[in-house]
Amino acid sequence: MIRLPDPKAGVLARREEIIAALRGLVPGGPLGEGVISEPLRLKPYETDGLSAYRQPPLAVVLPQTTQQVADVLRYCHANGIRVVPRGAGTSLSGGALPLEDAVVIGLMRMNRILEVDYANRLAVVEAGVTNLGITAEVASDGFFYAPDPSSQLACMIGGNVMMNSGGAHCLKYGVTANNLLGLTFVTIEGEVVRIGGEHLDAAGYDWLGLITGSEGQLGIVTEVTVRILRAAEGQRAMLAAFKGTEIAGQAVDAIIGSGIIPVALEFMDRPCIHACEAFAHAGYPLDAEAMLIIEVEGSVEEQDLLLGKLKDICARFDPISLKVAQTAEESLAIWKGRKGAFGAVGRISPDYLCMDGTIPTGELPFVLKRIGEMSAEYGLQVANVFHAGDGNLHPLIMFDANNPESFHKAEAFGADILKLCVEVGGCLTGEHGVGVEKRDLMGVQFTRDELRLQRAIKSAFDPAWLLNPAKVFPLEDNPVLQHAA
Amino acid sequence: MSGTILAPESEDALAAAVAAAASAGEPLAIEGNGSKRALLRPVQAARTLSTRGLTGITLYRPQELILSARAGTPLPEVEAALAEKGQHLIAEPPALTALFGAGTPPTIGGLVATNLSGPRRISGGAMRDHVMGIRAVSGTGEVFRSGGRVLKNVTGLDLCKLLTGAHGTLGVIAEVTLKVLPAPAATGSVAVRVADLAAGVKALSAGLGSPYGVSGAALLPAGWQGRPGPLALLRIEEFSESVAYRTARLQEDLAALGEVSLVEDAESRALWAAVREAEPLGATPDDAVWRVSVKPTEGPGVVAATGLGKALLDWGGGLVWLAGPATPTAHARVVAAAQAAGGTFTLFRAPEPLRAAVAVLPEEPAPLAAIGRRVKAVLDPKGILNPGRMRAGV
Repeated sequence: MIRLPDPKAGVLARREEIIAALRGLVPGGPLGEGVISEPLRLKPYETDGLSAYRQPPLAVVLPQTTQQVADVLRYCHANGIRVVPRGAGTSLSGGALPLEDAVVIGLMRMNRILEVDYANRLAVVEAGVTNLGITAEVASDGFFYAPDPSSQLACMIGGNVMMNSGGAHCLKYGVTANNLLGLTFVTIEGEVVRIGGEHLDAAGYDWLGLITGSEGQLGIVTEVTVRILRAAEGQRAMLAAFKGTEIAGQAVDAIIGSGIIPVALEFMDRPCIHACEAFAHAGYPLDAEAMLIIEVEGSVEEQDLLLGKLKDICARFDPISLKVAQTAEESLAIWKGRKGAFGAVGRISPDYLCMDGTIPTGELPFVLKRIGEMSAEYGLQVANVFHAGDGNLHPLIMFDANNPESFHKAEAFGADILKLCVEVGGCLTGEHGVGVEKRDLMGVQFTRDELRLQRAIKSAFDPAWLLNPAKVFPLEDNPVLQHAA
Repeated sequence: MSGTILAPESEDALAAAVAAAASAGEPLAIEGNGSKRALLRPVQAARTLSTRGLTGITLYRPQELILSARAGTPLPEVEAALAEKGQHLIAEPPALTALFGAGTPPTIGGLVATNLSGPRRISGGAMRDHVMGIRAVSGTGEVFRSGGRVLKNVTGLDLCKLLTGAHGTLGVIAEVTLKVLPAPAATGSVAVRVADLAAGVKALSAGLGSPYGVSGAALLPAGWQGRPGPLALLRIEEFSESVAYRTARLQEDLAALGEVSLVEDAESRALWAAVREAEPLGATPDDAVWRVSVKPTEGPGVVAATGLGKALLDWGGGLVWLAGPATPTAHARVVAAAQAAGGTFTLFRAPEPLRAAVAVLPEEPAPLAAIGRRVKAVLDPKGILNPGRMRAGV
């Protein structure tokens, strides 16, 4: 189990008083109570998408306005109370894992879309609007919000900002950081500031860029101004299956080298193909070692042109099968297995860890070979999906949660994979964030001095380390957290 | 310009030079080739530390869309290496040598430090969006890294973003790693002759709101190069078949907004090269130059409110280049117009007395300014890196 800092005894002792004060700041309303404190009702908040870790918080506050968030932060700051921000609780890295002495600030009731401006191609939304909710609001006018994490039905834009979420289409459209214009940001002192605006590239330090992906370490975001884009005329997918991972990797290189940047370029290995096929019956070739799903955009004629070129390229690498969708329905069928990949693996093994390293794409064959060897050494199955264009690898490690030894092995296996990612020139996390999950591996990627520098930047925003402490930075070497109790 | 110029030829020597200056408490003017010395405020420093001795592409993997170069590598060298593999810098950063009257091209580190992006910013993102990794020297002479050499990375705080656009005040950039992309096989533009700036932005918004992937949207002032106008110019960069198809569709869609015409590949490239360098602005050597960023529909209003005759709108109308007399009065009008429109401004080029006398960037809200001072104290505790470059006394 991951180590969490000692709770502050003084805060725990004042629990009732703190809850009463919070109720004064965030009163109940038609949506229910503003503060949750009964143990049974705290249950849903004790974990997030990384459900192996659980810890009920001191209380949960559900503000409905930026002012309430500011009031709660000002109170917590004045009283030395730790806070953990939370969106939909879909973090796969434990970013929203509570602490025993922390107040969880849940933003799900701040779910209004405040403005949609097509002439300027932007939308202003509250932090608790879901990722897909933004696209749903503008889709009938042909627009969309580009980053599309696979949890997009549930995950909230505030959480996306905090984790700089990606998705399957970021090779073309970028990650969250590339699709933002402005934020309403509340500091730990409870000051409300506007970062950026409705324009591009605010002059001065790029606070927008620093806060995006900061995992709740610097402050809380309550409103987000996002760029919305006009969707292409249409899109279509093709499937290409190969005899080996190496040759599939060469096909990926050839595609990028041809000057075509597909809107999505997904890679699945053999175990993943089998799991997805058994689950979704998408017609995936079971004799393949590797499979690509490639999607292009444009008019039907443009799609034909690009898919024709891609088919010719793939044909040079001795494919087992090449299937170009002729209709939107056939595209959906090709995507069906991939989109259900996590569910498919869940059917084979109810418990799995979803890892998230990034590697230089040229290292893929070597990395997959090593993961295969490690899988045998640990005696745990693994299936790999990979955003092949940008090198973001998602190994799904299957284990048995009822067997503590199996869980520890899975954790160790995952850590070994991430170390391997760093060794070959990549990084620990491409889009899920460090959270608690990869916190203790940060020393693999950064030197002690580099971590000290990053911690000092956090301290510039949050000197007492009240904001989402125990995440991102290893506890060792951290004078503030060591003596905070 | 400051007296002595130090130009170390290795990262270690760069770090040693900063460490020595820190020990002595001696401020340093930080630059690459010094091509944008006239940007922002003048730096008061006896010595200049240049990265021009740190040159060379250190890693280029076209299939991985990644290029690393030492900070002092000249832009043309990077562009030539990319062109050889059919790729390009996504943000289309301008050299602006004409505007700044500099004889030397900008360095890649300088373009990152100033976060300068060209017309493709509207579709492909800014320089800051493509900095995947950075090596830099802090104000104490410590080398640190952020990011890496992969395209997707959320590991730790993103100090790449913090250093990009910090104008050398938070660290001396030693090496950058950039995401790059294949250069388009072909390009073409649609020009729409419009009655005024507001009608022009309407045409640009219509184009950017179309499904055709417009990659540049600028408004050329009337009379530039003897052309009628104003002209709304919309660019498509794609395979040649797609350029033909999409420019045809755009002409149909925009025909109601003004007289439309097709601008073919070579002429389109020349026009956009001019927009990238802000040539249609027509700034004379005596003019001050401002860059204002607002939401696109506010662009025409900003131009009107300043009363300055010379303006060029890019980024769909949201980037407003302005030129006019280098006086505090003109500056105050630009500041007021930018702020009334909810936007941001930069006094981009001006004679030293004006640059030293006025705020060249907007003031930050007090809580943010306080955080900024603490961040500066972390990365440059002695305040020796480009003091006063962005704001007086910082």
